[in-house]
Amino acid sequence: MNFYLWVAVFILISVVAGLIRILKGPTAADSMLAAQLFGTGGVAILLILAQAMQMPALVDVALVYALLAAITMAVFVRRQWRGSEKTGEITDESI
Amino acid sequence: MSLSEMLGSFLLLLAIPFFWSGSLGLLRFPDIYTRLHALTKADNLGLGFVVAGSILLSEEWTVGVKLLLIWLAVLTASTISCFLIANAARKRKIKPWMNSQI
Repeated sequence: MNFYLWVAVFILISVVAGLIRILKGPTAADSMLAAQLFGTGGVAILLILAQAMQMPALVDVALVYALLAAITMAVFVRRQWRGSEKTGEITDESI
Repeated sequence: MSLSEMLGSFLLLLAIPFFWSGSLGLLRFPDIYTRLHALTKADNLGLGFVVAGSILLSEEWTVGVKLLLIWLAVLTASTISCFLIANAARKRKIKPWMNSQI
């Protein structure tokens, strides 16, 4: 294994460690934060792999990954994690 | 090994502590607002170091411009999603963590 792959592996370890928050997290948003971590860490890993394996196409994959992570969070907040704004009541059971 | 390759590799190495501290903050911080702070700052700075290192390592300047645009896209996206989640948490009346609650 060369140097770049080791850097990618160390970033991957930090991302996987962040996944513990999915099991522990008290609210659904805490679990979604791990998905956000996967978005940022995944982009970094893909950029390093594009360098290490001489595959420039992986840069495009990283771009798609970044955009999809943003869309995921926006959809989660707008559709799933939405309480009543006037009364402050929580309308779904997903907390 | 040329000078730009050494500098690029050093920048890639420098990214690792930022990703580690981002994950540590996600696991150790007490409530959702502080976890958002750890994720959206530390991880994006780590990604910035990865992008800077990759720009130094890439041969063509068009690849560098593309990497810079990817970093800007991630920064914008994480800023927006951080605001959306914090706003939704505030509307759900989730109380911010205070030091006196220990």
